[in-house]
Amino acid sequence: MYTFSSRLKTFSFILMILGVLGIGYSFFTAPKTVEDVEKILAAESHHDGHSGHDAAHHDAANNASKDAHVHTTQDVHSNDAQQKDAVDHAIHDEQDQGENADRHITGTPGRDSLATPAANEADTPGNAQQLPAGKSDIATANNQDAASAHHVQDHHSASEAGHAAHGAEAHDAHKEHQEHLEHVLHQLQNKPWAAVYVAAIFFMLISLGALAFYAIQYAAQSGWSPILFRVMEGITSYLLPGSILFFILLVLGVLHVHHLFIWMDPEVVKEDALIQGKSGYLNGTFFLIRAVIFLGGWNLYRYYSRKNSLANDEASDITLYKKNFKMSATFLVFFIVTESIMSWDWIMSVDPHWYSTLFGWYVFASFFVSGITAIAMITLYLKGKGYLEYVNTSHIHDLAKFMFGISIFWTYLWFSQFMLMWYADIPEEVTYFVTRIEEYNLPFFGMLAMNFIFPVLILLNTDFKRLSWIVVMAGIVILCGHYIDFFNMIMPATVGDQWFIGAGEIGAVMFFLGLFIFVVFSALAKAPLMVKHNPYLEESKHFHY
Amino acid sequence: MSSHYEAPIRKPLIIGDKNFHDVTVDVARPVEGRANKQWWIAFSIALAAFLWGVGCISYTVATGIGTWGLNKTIGWAWDITNFVWWVGIGHAGTLISAVLLLFRQKWRMAINRSAEAMTIFSVVQAGLFPVFHMGRPWLGYWVLPIPNQFGSLWVNFNSPLLWDVFAISTYLSVSLVFWWTGLLPDFAMLRDRAFTPFTKRVYSILSFGWSGRAKDWQRFEEVSLVLAGLATPLVLSVHTIVSFDFATSVIPGWHTTILPPYFVAGAIFSGFAMVNTLLIIMRKVSNLEAYITIQHIELMNIIIMITGSIVGIAYITELFIAWYSGVEYEQYAFLNRATGPYWWSYWLMMTCNVISPQVMWFKKIRTSIMASFIISIVVNVGMWFERFVIIVTSLHRDYLPSSWTMFQPTFVDAGFYIGTIGFFFVLFLLYSRTFPVIAQAEVKSIMKSSSETYKKLREQHGHDNHSHSEHNH
Repeated sequence: MYTFSSRLKTFSFILMILGVLGIGYSFFTAPKTVEDVEKILAAESHHDGHSGHDAAHHDAANNASKDAHVHTTQDVHSNDAQQKDAVDHAIHDEQDQGENADRHITGTPGRDSLATPAANEADTPGNAQQLPAGKSDIATANNQDAASAHHVQDHHSASEAGHAAHGAEAHDAHKEHQEHLEHVLHQLQNKPWAAVYVAAIFFMLISLGALAFYAIQYAAQSGWSPILFRVMEGITSYLLPGSILFFILLVLGVLHVHHLFIWMDPEVVKEDALIQGKSGYLNGTFFLIRAVIFLGGWNLYRYYSRKNSLANDEASDITLYKKNFKMSATFLVFFIVTESIMSWDWIMSVDPHWYSTLFGWYVFASFFVSGITAIAMITLYLKGKGYLEYVNTSHIHDLAKFMFGISIFWTYLWFSQFMLMWYADIPEEVTYFVTRIEEYNLPFFGMLAMNFIFPVLILLNTDFKRLSWIVVMAGIVILCGHYIDFFNMIMPATVGDQWFIGAGEIGAVMFFLGLFIFVVFSALAKAPLMVKHNPYLEESKHFHY
Repeated sequence: MSSHYEAPIRKPLIIGDKNFHDVTVDVARPVEGRANKQWWIAFSIALAAFLWGVGCISYTVATGIGTWGLNKTIGWAWDITNFVWWVGIGHAGTLISAVLLLFRQKWRMAINRSAEAMTIFSVVQAGLFPVFHMGRPWLGYWVLPIPNQFGSLWVNFNSPLLWDVFAISTYLSVSLVFWWTGLLPDFAMLRDRAFTPFTKRVYSILSFGWSGRAKDWQRFEEVSLVLAGLATPLVLSVHTIVSFDFATSVIPGWHTTILPPYFVAGAIFSGFAMVNTLLIIMRKVSNLEAYITIQHIELMNIIIMITGSIVGIAYITELFIAWYSGVEYEQYAFLNRATGPYWWSYWLMMTCNVISPQVMWFKKIRTSIMASFIISIVVNVGMWFERFVIIVTSLHRDYLPSSWTMFQPTFVDAGFYIGTIGFFFVLFLLYSRTFPVIAQAEVKSIMKSSSETYKKLREQHGHDNHSHSEHNH
């Protein structure tokens, strides 16, 4: 039997407390009013902005030709680009945004866009240099603009061609400025929520990834892994508290406590034909019903498989094992369906204009490899403490191979999704990557190094895969990398270029990590660390590779 | 590799009272014996189909692509459908020999040789289409980046069709090397048993002087593992690149990010179905039922069921996202598939690919040889239609209604396809009479852990699941 060491327990409490403090601090310091934002922006300008604005700026001509192309080939979104003069905010270059061609043809007033953040930065001397006159920021992701679309009234009919003409149209400078400030205000108010959301979904999905791995081991009648079943069951014990917390976050979204999902905002939907078209699927009630089914189904499987697994220790025949086998196969079918839909609901829908058919499997690969990594790291910890007598380097080797293989698989899916959109360059979908490359350059490409290059190079060597410290090191990098992957999926749509990794983000990770450690190791202490009577247990004990 | 200990719950993979010598004799028998009348009949039919195909290809090249049913809207139809279909079929071979090796699936050993042969023969068929669907196939060598006298005019590396060239040629070469390496010990076995000087000579050449020393075996295993590790990403990337032919485009119904993994899943699906079709016949006519057991067929059926479900999920995903996207072209593409003039091919595909594998959930069906055989053929029909639906229904109605049209194949389209089927069976029938169709060296390596003989011995000696049986034998 494992006993939860008091040191680890204290550590998990410290993490949780520090995490709560960090989260609280970020909520406390989030701006409440437009005036606060103005102060923040003013302060920032003295520090020459932040990294988000290093993004490349495309010149207006480029933009114009791009727009023309859009109108001839696609019923896509056009953007009225807005641009501000560095001194008097007088010149406005419109950024087109999310209409379809029908609306242009019929002359329906298009939804106006908002000043892009970068355009607004131009009112500060520091950024004025980055944004020379005559240049405008490229149209950013639709969602970002949409995020505050409800603060904006239509100014223009976007029905005419010749968008360049709009650039000259003068606006009430003060009004524009206010709109931008409100836009930033919403992004900054989203920030602490988004930080909590990313950490909550990440840790919940780690335990779901471990659960899927566990089910696969059962269904595949694997001979090497039964001695690790209790470790996996320990990790999946986090699924229940994790999904409760996560579900609360979803409910808070539907109740409009936070605004991570802009399609939940009736004001936005009113203005947005595209979201209206999706409201049969994207609506609060159905969204929560789906969440209950998914979370409920996963937790039921986890509950009954654990129960059977514990009961099987005392069993005299293999009835319970067979039960678990069948349940695992059924769960995997349920899982493959719900996992796809879950990723559309909880992640893809933060960018409600964007879609990708591959997305569900991409998200799966990300948390599946994280789940396997968590299994490997906790196994190594327990082995290091002398608890897992029969676990040998061959078991670790196998886990490391899975970390290696699934990391490549993740990259394969990442590349497939990215390359296909980059290659076809269809404006309505490529904006997703344009925002990320321009505003999240380092996290976007950094995660590739962490999730692919590093693990592949380090885990290619057979001997390395048997060394604890190598596997732990690779594991830490993989877990951090996949946290950033989730960060990259959520943040651009919710906080836009206002992102940074500060107290809120670190605090949220610390809180959920602390909770994860506490729950997982409490569960590990509740049952013997090795199953009994599994028909493949002997194979597993004597496993050598 | 793993120890000889095996859980008693696992069913034997070699049934009947077989010893090491029996394996050799059983594997060598079809090679050493003479072909019977049925073989000659089958071979003649295949050869006739092949020659008919050669005729159709010659006619195409001599007269022009206009002999096919293509038109200005539909520039790709049966040619690329058949290409993708054949490449897809080839993938199961690599899956069985490489991926199942990485996952230490011992049951793969009885089927890997034939699956790899199937890979190679079907990739050869696939390779014919990219060449002969060219308007000027005699300039086909221009796809290669070779220095030349046109001021070193090069290829553009941005085209997925060029990636196809590299993918398919690499795939064929690696598969061939992988296959041949595995054949060395088996050819050596045939060489050592040969009783005519001619066969002795032939198998001496083919076996590269394999003598089976410990060092050779050690290297052999390492090479197999490395090649399996390379072949796995290769097999994924090859069909991914084939899927890029469509997915990189801007055609509604083609441009979708799920195509890469979904094509790969479909390839495994159709490939395993083809392996099942071939092996169900082979185990009977070559008397290999002791090695290709009902358990093997059941496991292949399970893989067909899993990949069929993955393909089903992908279909549903595409449908959902088409609706969700709000792009009317995308929505229409799928509406057109389901209710347009090619509705029958769409629903045939759906029935064959989504519904038929689901019957494998019933143990009675997946352990029935007859049912497996029928479903394996149904799956391949369905997968042919999948490619047809993706290619033709997306092309015949896209952005401009003024370009909408239909596709009607000609006898030359069909003749080329029939010819490749004939060619495939010519190669496969020749293979099954001259090559060791089961990797006897590998099968012998699982004799002690997984054969019925040894499992019985273990039971008699009372080695229950708490002892190390490997020390006792």
